[in-house]
Amino acid sequence: MINFSYSRAGSVAEAVGAKGKADGAGRFIAGGTNLVDLLKENVERPCAVIDISRLPLKTIEEAPDGGLRLGALATNADTAYHPEVQRRYPALSRAILAGASAQLRNMATNGGNLLQRTRCYYFYDVALPCNKRQPGSGCPAIKGQNRVCGVLGTSDDCIATHPSDMCIALAALEAAVRVSGPRGERTIPFAEFHTLPGHTPDIENTLAPDEIITAIDLPPSPYAGHSVYTKVRDRASYAFALVSVAALLDLDGDTIKSARVALGGVAHKPWRLPEAEALLTGKTATKENFLPVAQALFAGAHGYEHNFFKIELGKRAVVRALQLAARGTAAIKGVNGQTADA
Amino acid sequence: MSVLKSIFGQDVDTTSSTYLGKPTSRVDGPAKVTGGAKYAAEFNVPNLLYGYIVSSGAARGTIRSINAAEVEQVSGVVKVFTHDNAPKTAYLDRSHRDQIAPDSGSPFRPLYQAELEYSFQPVALVVADSFEAARYAASLVKVEYDLKPHETDLRANLGKAHPPTDTRAGYVSAPKKPRGTPDEAYAAAAHKVEAEYSQPIEFHLPMESYASTAAYGEDGKLTIYQKTQGVQNCQEYVCSVFGLSSGDVQVISPYMGGGFGSGLRPTYDIYLSVLAATALKRSVRVSMTRQQMFSFSHRPEAIQHLKLAAREDGMLDSVTHTAIEETSQNEEYLETVVNWSGLMYNCPNVRLDHQLVNLDLASPADMRAPGAVTGLYAYECAVDELAYQAKMDPLAFREKNYAEKDQNADKIFSSKELREAYRQAAARFGWKDRPLEPRSMKKGSDLIGWGMASGSWEAMQGKAAAKLVLTADGKLLASSATSDIGTGTYTVMTMIAAEFSGVAIEDVTFQLGDSSMVYSPVEGGSWTVSSVGSAVKTVCGELRARLFKLAGKVDGAPLGDATIEDLTFANGAMHVTGNPVRNVTYTEALRAGKLDRLELDTTELPQLAKQATHALYSHSSVFAEVSVDEDLGTIHVNRVVSAIAGGRILNPKTARSQIMGAIVWGISMALEEEGMLDDHVGRFMNHNYAEYHIPVAADIHDIEVIFVPEHDEVVNPLGAKGLGEIGMVGVAAAVTNAVWHATGKRVRSLPVTLDKLL
Ligand SMILES: Cc1cc2nc3c(=O)[nH]c(=O)nc-3n(C[C@H](O)[C@H](O)[C@H](O)COP(=O)(O)OP(=O)(O)OC[C@H]3O[C@@H](n4cnc5c(N)ncnc54)[C@H](O)[C@@H]3O)c2cc1C
Ligand code: SF4
Repeated sequence: MINFSYSRAGSVAEAVGAKGKADGAGRFIAGGTNLVDLLKENVERPCAVIDISRLPLKTIEEAPDGGLRLGALATNADTAYHPEVQRRYPALSRAILAGASAQLRNMATNGGNLLQRTRCYYFYDVALPCNKRQPGSGCPAIKGQNRVCGVLGTSDDCIATHPSDMCIALAALEAAVRVSGPRGERTIPFAEFHTLPGHTPDIENTLAPDEIITAIDLPPSPYAGHSVYTKVRDRASYAFALVSVAALLDLDGDTIKSARVALGGVAHKPWRLPEAEALLTGKTATKENFLPVAQALFAGAHGYEHNFFKIELGKRAVVRALQLAARGTAAIKGVNGQTADA
Repeated sequence: MSVLKSIFGQDVDTTSSTYLGKPTSRVDGPAKVTGGAKYAAEFNVPNLLYGYIVSSGAARGTIRSINAAEVEQVSGVVKVFTHDNAPKTAYLDRSHRDQIAPDSGSPFRPLYQAELEYSFQPVALVVADSFEAARYAASLVKVEYDLKPHETDLRANLGKAHPPTDTRAGYVSAPKKPRGTPDEAYAAAAHKVEAEYSQPIEFHLPMESYASTAAYGEDGKLTIYQKTQGVQNCQEYVCSVFGLSSGDVQVISPYMGGGFGSGLRPTYDIYLSVLAATALKRSVRVSMTRQQMFSFSHRPEAIQHLKLAAREDGMLDSVTHTAIEETSQNEEYLETVVNWSGLMYNCPNVRLDHQLVNLDLASPADMRAPGAVTGLYAYECAVDELAYQAKMDPLAFREKNYAEKDQNADKIFSSKELREAYRQAAARFGWKDRPLEPRSMKKGSDLIGWGMASGSWEAMQGKAAAKLVLTADGKLLASSATSDIGTGTYTVMTMIAAEFSGVAIEDVTFQLGDSSMVYSPVEGGSWTVSSVGSAVKTVCGELRARLFKLAGKVDGAPLGDATIEDLTFANGAMHVTGNPVRNVTYTEALRAGKLDRLELDTTELPQLAKQATHALYSHSSVFAEVSVDEDLGTIHVNRVVSAIAGGRILNPKTARSQIMGAIVWGISMALEEEGMLDDHVGRFMNHNYAEYHIPVAADIHDIEVIFVPEHDEVVNPLGAKGLGEIGMVGVAAAVTNAVWHATGKRVRSLPVTLDKLL
């Protein structure tokens, strides 16, 4: 039998202590919807499993700056259906609801969602090499079945994507990740949380091995009236995004004061390009003005045998999402391409 | 999610039947929803050992070493079987061929040789005293290979295509010679289409994983609880492979969580459980993981080339259909793919060709409507293309070329109400309002398209037996060694037995899934109702005759001089028709004969003389509406209407479920399913339910099923044609034809995923 120790952390400090002691071979378990699958597939083989699911990090509360603080252990479902999230951060609510299934969202936590691992087929199949799972073993996806892989920010060592929907909205909202560790607490801006694969695809974020996520801070947002999450996938529900777009507009009449666009399904991290967003500042919200943003976002894209299409699809999805955002959050319920509910 | 609808009305049987034709709920429903129904991996026997299968990570090469001895040291492990130490089984290939195997192949033998045959094949079996120990130890098994190059890419190997050299029961090879002069007719025709269609490998993937619990008796006899579509096929196979006598092996399979053809042949879990049980003289269970469900059978990949032509007036004049499919290196998997194209519509000039390419993959296997689903997907799409060339409505084109006889065999149909199926489905769908031109209908950013197709499937009947036991309390037990793969066999056989025995349905029990029962073929090909059901009907007739004879001994001769024709058999009694007072109950009849039970069985054979002069087929007519997001390519199937001409409908409720499920599967084939093969490593990569897509509830909208009345006295004594397959045939073509009508794009490779529309 694979023996691992199981402990239930009574406090954040205890959790961090136990994790530090396990020295890289420990794993927190929250909802378990990703970790348990990976245990079953022999991809994850921790020697210590530290249950954090009962830590008091489940609240969703007002943040001091007027934003909202999402507890790391609040479930994806509780977060998506929270009235303040729905009212002030509708794209986040919709992104969460576009993911997984109702059952999974009831189990999945916000912290776990950030740290869920790629769905690259090779990562899951221990009979084959994979640089992310076994550094230096190779990347069969580059020449293999790479429909689910990325087209932006890939490297010669790994072309995997981060599969989260929630994180795409968080990136667009410029959330911050609050973490706690033996060196105290710190806050990581969302853009700096996930990393690109480079030569170390096994490293996916800037969280230290002995740190725990305690909360996600959402800053006040002027975008609630024009927020969209468009997810394009191979079936209507229960499928990861081929391409997804979180689009947020702050409009003055028809004129765009500021815009945010984040892409999912295309890179090892939620993909944003502030220069592309800046193209919209002061412009009117028309398709003609959205096209250059789409072009700019995918300017450096590189497709592989089975996912070239994501470049064209991604551009079209950006335009669609911005068009829908321009129409307003309230107007777009149920419109095709704005997949609100999974 | 919208509502699934069905209209009955026409399909309720109007003959004076008591049970047949009436919507009847599943008799096994309560057992299934309460957990009372036991599946193969749920039969617990004392001192059970657990086998965990280790699968190969490479497709081709030789196993150099396996660290079996090392793994055997792990606590709880009893034995690690590999090709090195597995007991020898029968030497001859013949001994490994089951009823469904091709006639002269070399069926795959697990743990037989160091040479690999395909990726994910079993290479070791770890047997331990707990499942957890076996599973853990299996993860420690290290297999070293001397790799050899493999070939898994059908397209890259088309040069190796060859006509089948093997045969198998039920396989109709393509006609050797063309009918008429297809090339000349094509050259001269006014309207032409030439196109290639391809479809990927698809997997059966029933919910229940394969499992085999081999209980080793004190007397050395084996009772095997097995997931299978054929208990007797498995029993014969085990006896033949392991040299056991038939009295020492019993195979039991009361329930099955879906089969779709994957369990027609014995699966490798039974081989491994019996191997371990006989070697260790212990009871052993072996079950497959979800991933391993991708490792032993599939619908073969197919690349099809079609050339069709019609005369100026829209008469079909030339058909050339070539299908190339993959098979394994060790067997030629044979399904009838192209013959349908010579059968569906009238055409004087036809050339049909079916070829195979051997690849380093597991043998394909029959999968729902095998062959027909593949061949008619391509053909029905090509017909749609041709109709458009001729500027004809695709339904009008089909009606114009309607086949009144099977031109392949030059026989008339025993019945064929396809015309009526077209009429009813089209009316229900509103087809008459369809614009001929594609891209004519829009709704918001969605393009709307309407497509249709038709389908056909053989109405087969095989030899089968049924047994009855009527006891003094008036209860009837009927049985046959068939299986219920989820289709409703328990229910329909109970209905047939009640109908023809005259025992009230509450007093009838039907049993199946035990190799010691009277003979039944495997459950597949939509032939169970026709084969086993006919046997049940016949033996019930014999029962009535016996009871009538016994009734003569009842005091006071209540039936007088009435003949059996004068009697009505119902509610556990016989009475003079029109005079219910003159009656004898079955209990009275048994008592008069001093019997506490009446036992009889019979074997029913197809009425070959009658059938041989006819072509026996069921038909379908399918209409679909899709909406396609013009920018993003996402496709929704808004509604499907399917009308089935499938003979007499015995249980409209389960019949409708069959057709609905088949339509969902057809949508799945059209838009979602694809075994993603990585040819570099020779392995399927999306081997789980998250990544191998089948429809979720949100993908399925309105589905309407219509059964058109069809009377048939030739097909079998019940007049029922079987409904397991026909519902799926034509659906993928109807959906893809609708996608074309919406977008103007002909996507000729399945599945039609959104990237193909960008
Ligand atoms: C079939 C399936 C389909 C899915 N589809 C989608 C989809 O379409 N879109 C989508 O976005 N997601 C999808 N998911 C993924 C799902 O959203 C994640 O599994 C879930 O969010 C993970 O949360 P969890 O709490 O269960 O994490 P766990 O499995 O408990 O943990 C995941 C990882 O995070 C670590 N961790 C958890 N919490 C913390 C913390 N507070 N601090 C530090 N480390 C932590 C764990 O150690 C572990 O490594 C799907 C999952 C499945 C199984
Ligand atoms: S893309 Fe990354 S995760 Fe996938 S096989 Fe390559 S290294 Fe592994």
